[in-house]
Amino acid sequence: MNDMDPVHVAGNAVQTTLTYFDGQQRSVLASTTEVPYPEGKLIVSRTDTRGIITQCNQAFIDMSGYQESELIGQPHCLLRHPDMPKAAYADLWATVNAGKKWDGYVKNLRKDGSHYWVHAVVVPNVRNGQIVGFTSVRRKPSRSKVDASAALYVDMKAKETA
Amino acid sequence: MKLTLTVSPDFSPEKLAGWHIFNTWLQRKLDVDCHLEMFGSFAEQRAAIAADKIDLIYANPYDAAMLVREKGFVAVSHPMGLPDEAVVAVAANSSCQSVEDLKPGIKVVSSGDPDVSMMGMILLEPADLNAGNVTSETCSSYVLVAKQLMTGTADVGIFPARAYDGLSSMVRNSLRPLVRSEISVIRHMLLAGPNAAPLVPQLRTALTEMASVDKDAAILKDLGFSGWEASSQEDVEFMIDLMNTLTS
Repeated sequence: MNDMDPVHVAGNAVQTTLTYFDGQQRSVLASTTEVPYPEGKLIVSRTDTRGIITQCNQAFIDMSGYQESELIGQPHCLLRHPDMPKAAYADLWATVNAGKKWDGYVKNLRKDGSHYWVHAVVVPNVRNGQIVGFTSVRRKPSRSKVDASAALYVDMKAKETA
Repeated sequence: MKLTLTVSPDFSPEKLAGWHIFNTWLQRKLDVDCHLEMFGSFAEQRAAIAADKIDLIYANPYDAAMLVREKGFVAVSHPMGLPDEAVVAVAANSSCQSVEDLKPGIKVVSSGDPDVSMMGMILLEPADLNAGNVTSETCSSYVLVAKQLMTGTADVGIFPARAYDGLSSMVRNSLRPLVRSEISVIRHMLLAGPNAAPLVPQLRTALTEMASVDKDAAILKDLGFSGWEASSQEDVEFMIDLMNTLTS
């Protein structure tokens, strides 16, 4: 994964270096601009068992700000926002790798440094008894759930960095 | 071989004759005795499926998991460009301008189509509404859903988008859509049960070619389809995964 390019980022953005579960690092730029979730749409994507994007719909492309060719083959954590606690993703992976459905509220980072909130549900794709990948569907969250999640994630992040 | 074909009970009543003509076409193409059995409700249809009385079904996506996982049905085809979408509407004179204006305690009416009702409830989530804090009622037709909104008996109606668009202009003018789904990937599919499985390759080819034969295209038109596209088993597995993400 390449570092975010300031050329693509709109407005003032704060630089953060994210460290992923495998030790890989990426420099990201995040502004305070929130992009509203599109009315009536579902954001759909599929990954392989390593979280590499194999398929996504137009709503996913539009909301991420990337081209489809920039998304397919990339890890899903391309969209990780620095305000999201690592524990949320650890819980997601532990749940779906156990063959269960995970759902939660997620702040995603766009290519231009802005963000959007989603209510995400992830299920394992089980074929012939084996998990072969994951399907993630995001829908519009309520503002009350977004506000509660944002507050919770501030606390969780504080504990992670303490 | 004798087969029984059925259609998801949410089909438009005006398409009934079209399904009978399709069944006759199917018998000719497959050279089998095929009986069309229509059910008045999803419960009746599911009972027939449970009793292994159904061999071919134009299925609501909500039932795909049960048909595939429990009854061994396989994907055959789906209509081209005909996704299931929902419209959430209020009376034209309602004070609500957006979903977020709706409050817990409201009465939500739908015609009971399982996938559309589910999509409609998802569209209400941005207002923190769910099955636990609204009153839900199922009507026997879309017109009765509209009537409840027009008379103020209900606050919100959930319609299949095609049914909403098909309401008379007088009725539609009395309503106002708050939101329309643009999901694109949820759709009905033709599935074949174990008895019909040997015929699937022949059936899939015949359906795919249907739009290119003038007299067959007329049958499609009566069903409201422009053509059939072949579905793979992975298509229906993906649909099952999608529905799993959307159901609680």
